[in-house]
Amino acid sequence: MSTDQPVISCRNIWKLFGPDPRAYLAAMTPGRSYDEIRADGYIAGVKDVTVDVARGEMLVIMGLSGSGKSTLVRCLSRLHDITGGTIEVEGQDIMALAEKDLIELRRSKMGMVFQSFGLLPHRTVLDNVAFPLEMRGQDKHARRARAMEVIELVGLGGREEYFPRELSGGQQQRVGIARSLAIEPDIWFLDEPFSALDPLIRREMQDEFLRLQGMLGKTIVFITHDFDEALRLADRIAIMKDGAIEQCDTPDRIVLDPQTEYVRKFTEDIDKARVVHAGTLLTPVNGHAVDGPPVAAHETIQKLARQLVNDERAHLPVADKSGKVIGVIERQKALDVLLGGA
Amino acid sequence: MADIATTALPSQPSSPPRDRVLQVLLVAAVVLTALKPVLPDMLIRLPEAWIPPFAAWLDAFFEFIKGDPATGRFGLMTLTRWFAEGPLDFLLGFTANLLEGKYRWPFLSDPIPWSAVAVVGAVLGYYLGGWKMALLAGGTFVWTAAMGQWEITMETLSVLAVAAPLGFLIGLVMGIAAWKWKAFDTAIKPALAVMQTLPFYTYLLPAVIFFKVGPTAGAIATTIYATPPMILMTALGLKKVSPEIIEAGKMSGCTRWQMLTKVYIPSARTEILVGVNQVIMLSLAMVVLTAFIGMPGLGGKLLAMMNSFKLGRSFEIGVTIVLVAIMLDQMSKAWVHKLPQHHEKGTLWYIRHKYLLAGVVGFVFFFVLAQFVEYFNEVGRRQSLSMGREIDDVIKGFLNIDAVQATTGFIRYILNVWVLVPFRDALLWVPTPAFILFMIAFAYALGGKRPAIYAGVFFGLVALTGWWDRAIITLYSVISAVFISTLIGIPLGIFAARSEKWANRILLVCDTAQTFPSFIYLLPAIMLFGITDTTVVLSIVIFTTVPLTRYTIEGLRAVPIEMSEAADMSGCTRWQKLTSVQLPLAMPTLAIGFNQAIMFAFFMVIIAAFIGTQDLGQELQRTLAGTDLGKNFVLGINVSLMALTFDLAIMSWANRRRKALGLA
Repeated sequence: MSTDQPVISCRNIWKLFGPDPRAYLAAMTPGRSYDEIRADGYIAGVKDVTVDVARGEMLVIMGLSGSGKSTLVRCLSRLHDITGGTIEVEGQDIMALAEKDLIELRRSKMGMVFQSFGLLPHRTVLDNVAFPLEMRGQDKHARRARAMEVIELVGLGGREEYFPRELSGGQQQRVGIARSLAIEPDIWFLDEPFSALDPLIRREMQDEFLRLQGMLGKTIVFITHDFDEALRLADRIAIMKDGAIEQCDTPDRIVLDPQTEYVRKFTEDIDKARVVHAGTLLTPVNGHAVDGPPVAAHETIQKLARQLVNDERAHLPVADKSGKVIGVIERQKALDVLLGGA
Repeated sequence: MADIATTALPSQPSSPPRDRVLQVLLVAAVVLTALKPVLPDMLIRLPEAWIPPFAAWLDAFFEFIKGDPATGRFGLMTLTRWFAEGPLDFLLGFTANLLEGKYRWPFLSDPIPWSAVAVVGAVLGYYLGGWKMALLAGGTFVWTAAMGQWEITMETLSVLAVAAPLGFLIGLVMGIAAWKWKAFDTAIKPALAVMQTLPFYTYLLPAVIFFKVGPTAGAIATTIYATPPMILMTALGLKKVSPEIIEAGKMSGCTRWQMLTKVYIPSARTEILVGVNQVIMLSLAMVVLTAFIGMPGLGGKLLAMMNSFKLGRSFEIGVTIVLVAIMLDQMSKAWVHKLPQHHEKGTLWYIRHKYLLAGVVGFVFFFVLAQFVEYFNEVGRRQSLSMGREIDDVIKGFLNIDAVQATTGFIRYILNVWVLVPFRDALLWVPTPAFILFMIAFAYALGGKRPAIYAGVFFGLVALTGWWDRAIITLYSVISAVFISTLIGIPLGIFAARSEKWANRILLVCDTAQTFPSFIYLLPAIMLFGITDTTVVLSIVIFTTVPLTRYTIEGLRAVPIEMSEAADMSGCTRWQKLTSVQLPLAMPTLAIGFNQAIMFAFFMVIIAAFIGTQDLGQELQRTLAGTDLGKNFVLGINVSLMALTFDLAIMSWANRRRKALGLA
């Protein structure tokens, strides 16, 4: 298996709810809208979605409630059976898996974190975290040792004998995260993991999550309804509405170049300078002068604000992390992003 | 105590104008009644010749499924008898040996000394609910032993110890099945509704016939009687497991079996334990009633004492039953609320297991002590603190006081001569078709079309069985008693709901009273009024006032505080607030209380047959002496049909009303 093959690959997937979705989808004329489908007595939870997730990538699926984002992630983990299309996980069609193989897949490759944590109330933190290991029949000693490792990893060391109800919301979600990591999954699904937490804790958990991801480098599908959260975490964002993906792109491209009216409305109030990186505005050198202090490609325009305002050159050189100049940015363009002009 | 399944039906929006239909029904009923003197006989009562021999048909059916052990024709009976004589007898013998020393096979040891049982009970009580519970559990056992009732109590508990776990197991498995398969659920729902209204005699006779007389029949009847709520609670609990927990289980790679045992059942723990509580309480209620098929134990003794009018001893046994009921109820409820606690790391093993250790040590200590000090093993007849005769004298002395005699005599006279008998005769006077029309009109007015159709069919069937007069007498007792208890219960509830303190007090009394096995309610009525017709009605009244009071309080307390404040700010007087704001909003809850009172009344009126009635219960009680399974079932179903008519109509009204008020 080559490494550039996507870990998850969805082709035209549909999830319809209603009396006989399969027959309906088979007979349906292509291009029917969400409302037309609803008038026929069906709800399009997921509507003709095609998306790939690359190895080590964090795809954030963003949408308001009812937009189908939770349904989509449940199709990817086959908690829902899709009505049409194909989903391949590491080249394997998951809809073709027998129950036994599906269980095996989940036991070895997938982890999932839930919005309201989904912890088993009658088990201690340790037993909750060890639960997936217990299900696959690992012996008690080994699974406890592994569970303790992940509990330490999420910063809950010393609380392993507690019951979920004895913990705060943030701590409970740490347990949820630890449980999903216990089997060392390759693919990590997170369904609005921080939405039930209050804003301060949410921020702290996002930092914690970025720290973990920095260490683990998993392939991640992350669901959220919080655009700021999406911008903070994502490699790519897929914005959903009425079951369909409106636009799937990097955060920079989403804010700079919204493809639909719906996405544009979303990005309207966003401070673009906080999202857009210098590297995004990069153009080839093309004979412009590249001496003098460069700006860093991985910094946001906001971080570079002072330098952009004070530097009088029309074109500024851009350097990558090693300090090598890789192109230039037009100062005026960068200032437009910063000041919201043009 | 029968907890009634509310198989409510959605009411139809009425197609012909509602009032018109009601008018037609009522006019027809009144006209038929008024014309009675000129009506042909066949319109007054169904002619004997027209009555189909339901009992004979049922008998033939039972005969068929029973099989015939004599000729070796295989049937249900072969199976049930095998179960009764094999595993069930083994289990019952086992518990009987341990608790009361029956010395039956399988014999293991002498009975456990009472003091050892008491100390284990106290430790368990402490573990579940602290000192109060320890005192309750230990105290109950000490009282029982000290009063010289150890053996009969243990006879009862040894059957309970088999019947309740059996009911739990069957209920759990059937509950899981009902949750898993929709078809099974729809199939058993009506069966459960009928079972919960079926008089207990109808459980007893088949149990005797299929499972042979003695503890086995008692245990089986008890189990069958106690299982329905466990089925309902299990199914309910499993349905309520949060979807995220289910998904978390699936994503953890659970197989189906792992999902059930490690995710669903533990997550439904609370509902399942509530089911366990109900199984225990219903088992106790029923096991006491198995006295009617000659089972020894608390119920048997109580029945015997009441029969010979030994009120003092009856009273003492009553107290024991009540104590056992409260103990079992409180301990099982404490278990529902008991959540696991973690121990700090490094806690020593004997601290981790201190309760278990204390129980074992206490048990061994008293077990050994009892070998040397006989009192701790068995309280001798002479040593018992029973004051039966003294209490007898006190009660009889009290009843002989002129004022008391005058009062009870007066009540009895007024009720009998001016209220009960005329009412009964009036009901009996109404021609059958007119009565059925009245019932249809009643159900239509409350519940709409479907309950009305059921009312017609159900009462029509009652008429067809040929037990009309007795059914009407049963109904008369129920209606009179519920009417009187409405007069008592609702004002009492309204009064109590006025202050938080009183509401809580009365609710506690009601909750406690509801755990008493129904048989107990005969006691005060008999003590005051002897063995008369009034006693029947009054014992039902005591029994049914409890749910009425309770639901009145709960209904009034559930009225949102803003509404009550809005009423105050609109310048309502207390009375205006009560009548135009609180009561209308509490009505649906009150209706549920009223419905439960009626169901309880149908249950109690059958027990009251013991005092001597002329209704279906009396006939039912007589069937116990024979093997008339068919007749027994026909009589039982009659009671069920009447009860279900009320249940359907009232619950449908309550649900519609609740929706209309936006409370659903």
